Amino acid sequence: MSILRVENAEARYEGNVIFENLCLDVIKGKITTIIGPNGCGKSTLLKTMGRILKPKFGKVYLQDQDINTLPTQEIAKRLTLLPQNPIAPGELGVEELISYGRYPHRKNISNLTTEDKEKIEWALEITHTLPYRDRPLGSLSGGQRQKVWLAMALAQDTTVLLLDEPTTYLDLAHQLDVLQIVENLNHHHQCTVVMVLHDINHAARFSHEIVGMRDGKIMATGSPHELITADTLKQIFHIDARIMVDPSNGSPVCFGYESALAEEEFVLHKEKENVAT
Amino acid sequence: MVNKNRVPKMIILTAPLLIVLVIFLSILYGAKSFDPMTVWNAIFHYHADNQDHAIIQSSRVPRALGALLVGAYLAISGALMQGMTRNYLASPSIMGVTDGSVFVITLCMVFIPSLSSYQMIFASMIGSALGAIIVFGFGSLIRNGLSPIRLAIIGTVIGTFLSSLSAAIASYFQVSQNVSFWYNARLHQIDPSMLKLAIPFGVIGIILALYVSKSITILSLGEDISITLGQRTKYIKIISMLAVIFLTGTAVALVGKIGFVGLIIPHMTRFLVGIDYKWVIPCAGIVGGLFLAICDILSRFINYPFETPIGVLTAIIGVPFFLYLIRSKGGKNVV
Repeated sequence: MSILRVENAEARYEGNVIFENLCLDVIKGKITTIIGPNGCGKSTLLKTMGRILKPKFGKVYLQDQDINTLPTQEIAKRLTLLPQNPIAPGELGVEELISYGRYPHRKNISNLTTEDKEKIEWALEITHTLPYRDRPLGSLSGGQRQKVWLAMALAQDTTVLLLDEPTTYLDLAHQLDVLQIVENLNHHHQCTVVMVLHDINHAARFSHEIVGMRDGKIMATGSPHELITADTLKQIFHIDARIMVDPSNGSPVCFGYESALAEEEFVLHKEKENVAT
Repeated sequence: MVNKNRVPKMIILTAPLLIVLVIFLSILYGAKSFDPMTVWNAIFHYHADNQDHAIIQSSRVPRALGALLVGAYLAISGALMQGMTRNYLASPSIMGVTDGSVFVITLCMVFIPSLSSYQMIFASMIGSALGAIIVFGFGSLIRNGLSPIRLAIIGTVIGTFLSSLSAAIASYFQVSQNVSFWYNARLHQIDPSMLKLAIPFGVIGIILALYVSKSITILSLGEDISITLGQRTKYIKIISMLAVIFLTGTAVALVGKIGFVGLIIPHMTRFLVGIDYKWVIPCAGIVGGLFLAICDILSRFINYPFETPIGVLTAIIGVPFFLYLIRSKGGKNVV
């Protein structure tokens, strides 16, 4: 069942069409990952789903309701988006930032309710950010900071979580940490997650559904096994990927790749040589 | 978090005391100093034929109040602009808002010279809006034009252009003498009737500013985050801009252009109370008011018995601070 649906959407940025007639159904309770080359419109699609960008044409539905007609605060109770590389004042305290996640649930009273406090505590716990709850944001490492932002999004207590490249600039361990938090949320708290990732192996390992984009078009959607194949990756990234199955968890892994363009040139070159001889 | 609110609460609680103290000092000392008894009598047992009483009532009191109000208005405007745009260089004087005011006031003096104080404030507010619209308009047209340094450059260029245009118009129509009042702020020539109007107009601005203060904190996390948290960002920005227009417009109509207060006071305030605008906005008002009133008192003694223009003082303190900001925060777009 689809919880978030994009229908014939067209998005523009500074007059350029990023995508048009784009349709996407996000399945409820699943992790969907969008992959694709730089500039293919992944982030734009995510922002359109999160109502940060208004589509020029077309509609986005959240639980079968047009997000254009829903009050923005109502959407904020059901859906959150963590932008790529968010920046906040460095003096801001970790717990303070996380508490802003409760903003859509708060009435005009400025004090946090017991429920607010519980959610903040839960978000701190699930993202393993408890040890630095009292520290200012500026004193944290990139990985720690990203988990704090994630905690803020979680404190918002929504069923849909949109994450724009949540692992960028993080070291291997922190990348895994963040993705395992996401997986845990999906397993134990029935969160529907849509994220943009650059690492196709992470996409293969942590997603139920992968959406491959190129030049503003969705080239393919499917399970990791259907999508992480030499053919589809060639279509999406113009690479020749070598794929095998990770024996420990059964997910497909790309363990090496060459540029498909270089190979075509090589073939052409060979053919010319053959013609010459 | 409980401890963090101690400083702002202390500022707000001690404010009335400090304000009364500064007003008192401002009335007492100047080219002619009075003893406290005379001041007391001038306020509570006023005699129209007593010259000292007349000076105190018609010059010293409006001046003290004017400095406090203008300082508060400009500081709150600056705090709103910095929070809203996440630009640490945003302030009414750098973003062309005050120059817009002076420009429209100049036009009015040339073409509709018989303007009442009331209409003058309106003209000044329209000018503030005009300056802001031109600068932010250019900023949005140019790629990445809203980044701190670029917006500051655009603001300075447009501001200089507007003030040159004002100067040209003023000299062509021979009203330079009158217009120069708005360029070199002179707190000692405050028009008491203008002052009476500046209070209600400023109060509207302050109420608007306090109303959006919490939302400004959310906005200062970035536009995307702010939308995600369900904030109506356009609405908040419009209210904030209105507050800036009311406050800056009134301040310029009252005393003319004063630089740097709107830039440095919000930074000092954030340093003292943190980055929650719920506290920054009111505290910036208090700190700004006190700062300008104290500068005004000092300005009477730097070159005693002559007055030093207040703009010289704010610049002496403001310029090094401005350079420090560029040096320490130049690389980051964080407020």
